[in-house]
Amino acid sequence: MKRRSARRTPIESIEMLYPRGFWRTLALPGLLWLLLLFVVPFYASLSTAGGKLDPIFGTATPEWNPLRWHPDAFSFVLRNLVLTNGPFRVVFVRTTIYVFSAVALCLLVAYPVAYYVSRLQGRAKTLMLALVVLPFWISYLMRMLAWVGLLQNDGYVNRILQALHLIDHPITWLEGNPVTVVLGLAYGYMPFMILPLFAALERIDRHVLEAAWDLGANSLRSFVRVTLPLSKQGILAGTVIIMLPMFGDYYTADLLSGRPETSMIGNQIVLYLQGNTLGSAQARGAALVMILAALVSILTIYYLVSTSRAASEARLR
Amino acid sequence: MSAMRTWVVNPWRRPRFLAVWSWLYVVWAVGPVGSAIVFSFNSGRSRSTLQGLSLRWYVGDPDLSVLHDPRLLAAMVQSLQLAALTMIIATPIGVAMALGLARWRGRAATGSNLLMLLPLVTPEIVLASGLFLVFVHLFTVVPFGTPAQVLGHVTWSIPYVVVVMRGRLFSIGKEYEEAAMDLGSSPIEALRRVLLPLLYPAVFAGFMIVFALSIDDFVTSQFLSAGDSTTTIPMLLYSTGRSAPNPSLNALATLMLAFSLAAIGIAAFTLTRFARRHGTKAGATRELTAFEL
Repeated sequence: MKRRSARRTPIESIEMLYPRGFWRTLALPGLLWLLLLFVVPFYASLSTAGGKLDPIFGTATPEWNPLRWHPDAFSFVLRNLVLTNGPFRVVFVRTTIYVFSAVALCLLVAYPVAYYVSRLQGRAKTLMLALVVLPFWISYLMRMLAWVGLLQNDGYVNRILQALHLIDHPITWLEGNPVTVVLGLAYGYMPFMILPLFAALERIDRHVLEAAWDLGANSLRSFVRVTLPLSKQGILAGTVIIMLPMFGDYYTADLLSGRPETSMIGNQIVLYLQGNTLGSAQARGAALVMILAALVSILTIYYLVSTSRAASEARLR
Repeated sequence: MSAMRTWVVNPWRRPRFLAVWSWLYVVWAVGPVGSAIVFSFNSGRSRSTLQGLSLRWYVGDPDLSVLHDPRLLAAMVQSLQLAALTMIIATPIGVAMALGLARWRGRAATGSNLLMLLPLVTPEIVLASGLFLVFVHLFTVVPFGTPAQVLGHVTWSIPYVVVVMRGRLFSIGKEYEEAAMDLGSSPIEALRRVLLPLLYPAVFAGFMIVFALSIDDFVTSQFLSAGDSTTTIPMLLYSTGRSAPNPSLNALATLMLAFSLAAIGIAAFTLTRFARRHGTKAGATRELTAFEL
């Protein structure tokens, strides 16, 4: 104990040997960059959503003074989100259903894989981990494109299903089929779910499981009473990590369906922001983005709070 | 039946089911991409029926191959150009930021750390539409197309560099610098001649990671593009993926995959060698994907 504290003093003082403000200056370019191109754009979105129409050109003009923000665009979006027949409500409910189904699928498929990889040893583990994270580094769009090829009416998926006599006629996968979109989302974001799960499961000491088994717990019981509770943080992290981009996704639905019947919030945002520059489209698009960001930040904050609580509980133990 | 039940619930048996499940997952995750790659070598025009193998869609076809279709070639050039510029700008900024944030103490440092992590937990569509609006209304000097796209890519690449570098910094520790200073070097000299050379492999890996991230990016590139002239490979996959009449698009996608996997492979190799030399336990694969919140 004494020796450790004696060693700690010089380590802590090493930063102070550098000129005053040295480390701050090193971080400064990055901070300025993020202020100008992350914080300011965020503010610009708010200002556009709260802006007004240019009287002559009919285009959206941002209002930079927050005291003079117009609530029109926000109330338009919110009204259409709450009304039973509002156009956003349908899309919002659909997006939520798609995202939750895809997350559930991801958990169901990814958990056993992550568990298996976390229990492997040595070379086998490295190999399996590399294979499992490989899709992480393959462009999302390319992975979707691969399915577009396989899911054509005369593609291999239909041919295999027909050869097995599971279906009589080819299934139309790529025209407004919600099953394809949900499966596509699950396929696309699966690697991002496996990694946090793996990280959590790997921290579980094998001896803890063996103790449970020695004390007579069967595999189901040890899973429910030991593994699952110990990997709760990983499940939470994985869920949040894939939910964040899924809620803003528009390319999966576009590539695998391309129909308005399967459009998600992201498609709506793109429609408003990239379609028509006239009228209040841009302000409404910006308002929709901000509402999405607010929703998603609730998720993030919930995650951060629960992680820090878990961390402090672990410290108390 | 009861023997079956005993086998299923016996925790000490070999995890056969898990092994099969995991390998099925790997096949499911990588297989379709593999088939898209195989189809890029199709000698016929079909994207769903294999008619023999050839390099027709890469170089052979005089009008429609990647080499001869100006649209495909332009997308590849644009993707590579964006990735190169992003890598050159984002990595030094990120490395400096990682060093600064790792050593700077105080309340402002905590806030800065939070700001650095925020882009990682923001859906890309939120960041991209914000950049789109800011370039339309405020920073109007920045033209859409390559300049706006590079600024966008750099913005969300910086946090990734910082996260990767920070892991390396902690594993090196401060002992080397201390030793250098004990032996009479000034703090700046210790940083420049001891710490930085130790970090070079990680910096190099940072360059490669940013390159791969940028070349795979779609949302930011699309929101900030200036039309056909600044279309990237992922954008082309998005706009013509459903209607593409022949496998040249697969060939283009395969080339993109080759670029990004080569970059990641080099990064993984560098980090593994680095980890071995410094006796850190965390493998490179882990480091490359340790983007937890």
